[in-house]
Amino acid sequence: MSAPAPTATPAAAPALAISGLQKSFAGVRAIRDLSFSVPKGRATALIGPNGAGKTTVFNLVSGVYGVDSGSIHVNGVDVTHLPSRRRIRTGVARSFQNIRLMSHLSVLENLLVGQHVRASSLAALLTPYRLIPNHRWKREARAALAESGLEQYAEETVGALPYGVRKRIDLVRATLAGASVLMLDEPAAGLNPSETNALRDHLKALIARGLTLLVVEHDMHFVDSICENVVVLNFGEKIAEGPLSVVWRDPKVREAYIGTDEEA
Amino acid sequence: MSGYLTGVLVVLAFNVMAAYAVYLPLAAGQLNLGIAGFMAIGAYAAAYLTNELGWSMWAAVPMGSAAAGLVGILIGIPVLRTHGIYLALATFALGQVIAAVFLNLDVVGAAAGYPVTDYAAPGVVFACAIGVVLLMALISRTRFALYLTAVKSDATVADLMGISVRGIQVAAFALGAALAGFGGAMYAHHYSFIEAQHFNVLLSVFTVLYVLFGGVQTVWGPLVGAAFFTLVPELLRASDQWRYALFALFIIIFMALRPQGLVTASLFRLFRRRSKGASA
Ligand SMILES: Nc1ncnc2c1ncn2[C@@H]1O[C@H](COP(=O)(O)OP(=O)(O)O)[C@@H](O)[C@H]1O
Ligand SMILES: [Mg+2]
Repeated sequence: MSAPAPTATPAAAPALAISGLQKSFAGVRAIRDLSFSVPKGRATALIGPNGAGKTTVFNLVSGVYGVDSGSIHVNGVDVTHLPSRRRIRTGVARSFQNIRLMSHLSVLENLLVGQHVRASSLAALLTPYRLIPNHRWKREARAALAESGLEQYAEETVGALPYGVRKRIDLVRATLAGASVLMLDEPAAGLNPSETNALRDHLKALIARGLTLLVVEHDMHFVDSICENVVVLNFGEKIAEGPLSVVWRDPKVREAYIGTDEEA
Repeated sequence: MSGYLTGVLVVLAFNVMAAYAVYLPLAAGQLNLGIAGFMAIGAYAAAYLTNELGWSMWAAVPMGSAAAGLVGILIGIPVLRTHGIYLALATFALGQVIAAVFLNLDVVGAAAGYPVTDYAAPGVVFACAIGVVLLMALISRTRFALYLTAVKSDATVADLMGISVRGIQVAAFALGAALAGFGGAMYAHHYSFIEAQHFNVLLSVFTVLYVLFGGVQTVWGPLVGAAFFTLVPELLRASDQWRYALFALFIIIFMALRPQGLVTASLFRLFRRRSKGASA
């Protein structure tokens, strides 16, 4: 693995810092005393068998659920009790495991929703941008699509598109918020090999641009090609952390994966 | 224009304004079943200003609209905490309460009704309705309209994207109320007489029907729905006693074929693509 990037000063706050996090659902402890941090400008993987609590971590960080206890800092800002709506402004955006696009809107319209934080003044709200040919917002959204080779879908109704395309549009929408930290929930799930390769190139380009990624993914080859570090969850607890090659040899990790009928 | 035709078109104009008043909150997923109450607020407030305070209609009508919008904000904030059937019930009750207040308010004639001194000619009513349609068409080109749909289809995601879901919902509800108030104020000044009984539940329910029938996915649905509901019964006049039965049958068939309403977003995109293909 490579040496730390020269831009990362030791004093800089991590992109994401989670400390002592606890969350129960109706008495079931989904997250147990979880602490880890995600360094800036790199990709970190969050892995673990199904039901380990990976999506729940994303839901706690983005504010879909409140925490029972513990704290969450994004770029040094304590967001633990910040209303979910305000968290994206601290620089963290996410995609969804079960693709949550607005299916009867066009691809471009979905992407415009993703831009909201950067166009949220009253004037922006009331600008009849659809009457303005080639408006900046539309140009930007098209450019983001083109970067993932998806520009031909710009005007399509989302609901009519194949799964792999929708999955990647969900990711593009997350990137449009201008966030510095992206949490991607199984971005490669359901993609065919060529789509997976396109996704890998896209994520590498995002990292090269200085973005921080936290990626939940079951495909370990994919994880290995993108992420320097992995955090392993099992039953809501962190059982290992470090480079994938090291973590993968850890007996606790092996047991967690073999103990379930998990692929990988 | 014959008196009959003018009369029908005036009714259409009022129905179109009312339809957009229901459409705005509905586009964000909020059913307002008390729209007649907001029309009553606009109608009575504007009529009071022209009758008692000697205001010109041109100032009184916008004021009536603003009054209804203000009540929309004040009521929208608590009421929009409820959802679905509970919101429908709450707004339904609200419409009843408002009508009941005017029915017992002596300064505006109570149950005897309230004559209005100033008069808006049919041409003014048409101009207002066209103005409302153009304004709505303009709004439909903005982020605000996009966010109405976003909030309706996935409020959680809209919220995570940083959109104020409550803000959008209250704004849509209040703007709809203001639009209803505007229509009500024009109604008062066109017919020169208002009574609380006119602003009843049936008026609210029928307006919702136009909108659902036309479809809420695009801004043209309410216009098509209001036109259909206003004009088709007139066209069926020839068949006289069967016309409402025929009309009901039409509605059932259309809704079975197009449950999302007559005018849908995908229909629009289909047309746009066709016309692009033809010009290429
Ligand atoms: N909203 C919820 N209500 C109840 N239980 C939940 C909820 N969300 C997650 N859980 C539970 O929390 C555990 C972790 O789920 P999840 O975070 O989705 O796992 P993963 O993404 O790692 O597969 C599971 O046992 C799941 O059933
Ligand atoms: Mg998950």
